Amino acid sequence: MSTTLAPGEVEVESPRSDEEHEGPWIVIVWNDPINLMSYVTLVFQKLFGYSLEHATRLMLQVHNEGKAVVSTGNREKAELDVARLHGYGLWATMQQD
Amino acid sequence: MDERRIHRTQNGRIGLRLPPHERALLREVALSIRTRLADEDDPALRRLFPPAYDEPDREREYRDLTRNQLVSGREQALDVLESTVDRDSLSPEEGDAWLRALNDARLVLGTALDVDEELDWDTIDSGNPRAPEYAMYAYLSWIQEQLVDAMD
Repeated sequence: MSTTLAPGEVEVESPRSDEEHEGPWIVIVWNDPINLMSYVTLVFQKLFGYSLEHATRLMLQVHNEGKAVVSTGNREKAELDVARLHGYGLWATMQQD
Repeated sequence: MDERRIHRTQNGRIGLRLPPHERALLREVALSIRTRLADEDDPALRRLFPPAYDEPDREREYRDLTRNQLVSGREQALDVLESTVDRDSLSPEEGDAWLRALNDARLVLGTALDVDEELDWDTIDSGNPRAPEYAMYAYLSWIQEQLVDAMD
């Protein structure tokens, strides 16, 4: 939770407290020579519920531009999405927007 | 004649028309990936467990949190592949496990072979000592493509 500090108050460190003020995280899928284009499209549909058109557009962006942002959210959500993508063998990373 | 091994059946299942020697081959592939999974330092596994973060501390935390789950998810998919490989058809859930297991096999084999997008099959002649591995990779890709089509 975000609170305003009165002058003179000391901020107490709590786990991951800094992240509440951070911007959203983005999940990136990178191009790789092994995963089939049709497979990548299917995985985007399965994991994120994207339409065939949207999933195909993202897959082509990965293929042609080398990477695409496939989801965004707080750190926990992004981490979960990355792990699910890793479960399907996609090369996914996350970073702050 | 339709040479496809995998197709969608009319009742929404995944039909398998695999000759016995290909079923045996898939069983061997599953066993070989399962054996490799046990060796954390196998460099061909790196594509199965890519880093999530650039930052080393966060990456370590991510690995500690997810590694076991990712390994057991992969083992479960191999279990399904092995236990259903002689069937005539699969449920969509079993098909999903096949999809992941076959893809893992392609990732491990493709990484070991260092394949790139320009891989030209015609340049791999029978004198190439790794020709059997390339042939296996090509076969798994062919099967995987059919499975994706059947799952769509």
